[in-house]
This record gives sequence, structure tokens and C-alpha cells, in this order.
Amino acid sequence: MKSRFSADAVDPNTPVIEGHHGADYYALMTEALHKLLLEKRLLSQADTDRVIAALEAPNTTWGARLVAEAWADPAYRERLIEDGSAAALELGFRIKEAKLVVVANTPALHNLITCTLCSCYPRSLLGQPPWWYISKNYRARSVREPRRVLAEFGLDLPETTELRVHDSNADMRYMVLPMAPEGAGQWPLEQRIAAVTRHMLIGTAA
Amino acid sequence: MPRFAPGDAVRIRDNHTPGHVRIPFFVRHQQAIIERYCGAFRNPEDLAYGDRHGPTIDLYRVHIAQAALWPDYTGAAHDTLEIEVYDHWLDPAA
Repeated sequence: MKSRFSADAVDPNTPVIEGHHGADYYALMTEALHKLLLEKRLLSQADTDRVIAALEAPNTTWGARLVAEAWADPAYRERLIEDGSAAALELGFRIKEAKLVVVANTPALHNLITCTLCSCYPRSLLGQPPWWYISKNYRARSVREPRRVLAEFGLDLPETTELRVHDSNADMRYMVLPMAPEGAGQWPLEQRIAAVTRHMLIGTAA
Repeated sequence: MPRFAPGDAVRIRDNHTPGHVRIPFFVRHQQAIIERYCGAFRNPEDLAYGDRHGPTIDLYRVHIAQAALWPDYTGAAHDTLEIEVYDHWLDPAA
């Protein structure tokens, strides 16, 4: 007998529907609860605004700051790879939701970050993930045919480079340390930060 | 003392646990190599139902060859996948 909890329970021919399919009910319930809490003065709009502002503060430049430091300081680069959370804290960034693991690209190795189960992402450092990172399309195909996904993002990885996909399925969060452009170690800090994109930190660009 | 060390060969179990689990189907039954020990964490299978007092469980990152995961994988032969697996989802590889 097939178990409800086996891979066979899922019909592979069922079409995949993107978006929060069936989540309207919970969105409505959340809104209703929020209104009740406001009415009963258990919560103020300022409380909600403060939480939203805190969620929206982290962004790509925070992660880029760590990369910029690692590009200029080999000892910091080592510490960042050894313990991402501790190295982030050195520069004033507290990783709140999990442990940060930083994986370094080399000419022989390219790293790609995904979360097949949901949308795990180092949000307290990099902010909210891009929409496509949450899509079922990316989540499934980033592990199933990652080189084709990279090609669609414009990155044709040579066969000689190992591609390593990191599934953020539990208690770690991941960031890619991209390779430094030629001479970047001598650039001013702001120029180094500006050279780092969100795609690089996820691994969808080199 | 964690049961496994980096480099150890393991097999990912299929525990058929109902409800909230963190081990996706596509890695179950796969042979893997321990990449690192991540520390001990509360079990998401307890946390999801509000039990914050359960035991902590050792968590590892494991390394799997893409060619083993997907028999028709078309990428390079040395491509790999790394994923986190809790101790109770691992057996020593036979």
C-alpha cells in the first residue's frame, strides 16, 4: 500500500501552480486579527510599522559589505568561511534567524543557494529574497537541472567547474562569497561594495 | 559527542514521519558523505507543533553526487548537492 507520506503520493502529472495557492483564507484571518488587536488597543499601528521597518532594513549592501571586507583582507575571508555569523558580527551585522554559512567560489567551484522546501534565505542580513527565489519553478529546478537554470540567468558555467547546490532546508542560512575581480583588493570600500550584486550572493551570477 | 565525523559515509533514511519534516523526498535513501557538523538544534518535527522543550538533535551537512540523485542528470559528473540532515534521519552506510 502506498503511504500518504511517500514520494509516490504526489502525482508527477499534477500541474504546478505558482503563488500562495489557497492562502487567501489565512491572509484574511491575519488582517481580521490585526484589526481586532488594534481595536482592543493591544497593539498600535506604530508597533506594526516598527516591525515592518525592521524587516525591510536589511538589504544586499549588508552582505556586499562582508564580501568587500573578504576581498581586501585574506584573514577576514578565512574567518568568514570558518564562521559566517561571527564574522558578520565583527562588522556589526547580527544574523538572527539561524547560523550563517558562507561558501566561497573558486575557479574550480561555483556555489548556488536554494531552499527547496520553502524560501529560507539570510533575511536578517540580505532582506527579503527575490520573487523568483520563492517560485516553485526555481526551487524544483535549482536542484534538478541547476546548470540550465544558471544558463537562463545568463551564466554558462564551464564543465570543468564543479557546481555545488546548497539546499537551505534546516537551521543554516547561506551566502555565496563571489571571486574578487582583478585588483579589487586595492579598490576603495564603496567601489568593492558596489561591485557585488544579489545574484552573486545567491550564485545565479559569477 | 556527534555520532558522525566529516568524511563518514551515511545513508539518508525514509522515516515516513507524518506532518512537518525538513528532509525532502528527493534525498531519501541516498548515500551521502558528512561535510560538517552544524551543532545541535531542536527538532523541527516538535517545534512545528509548539513543543519547545524536546531534546536537541545533532545536525549535519551532507554531500551527495548529483549523478546519484538524478540518473538522467545532464550536468558535469563532479556536480554535487549539499543539504542539512538531522541525526535521526541518518544511518551509517552499509
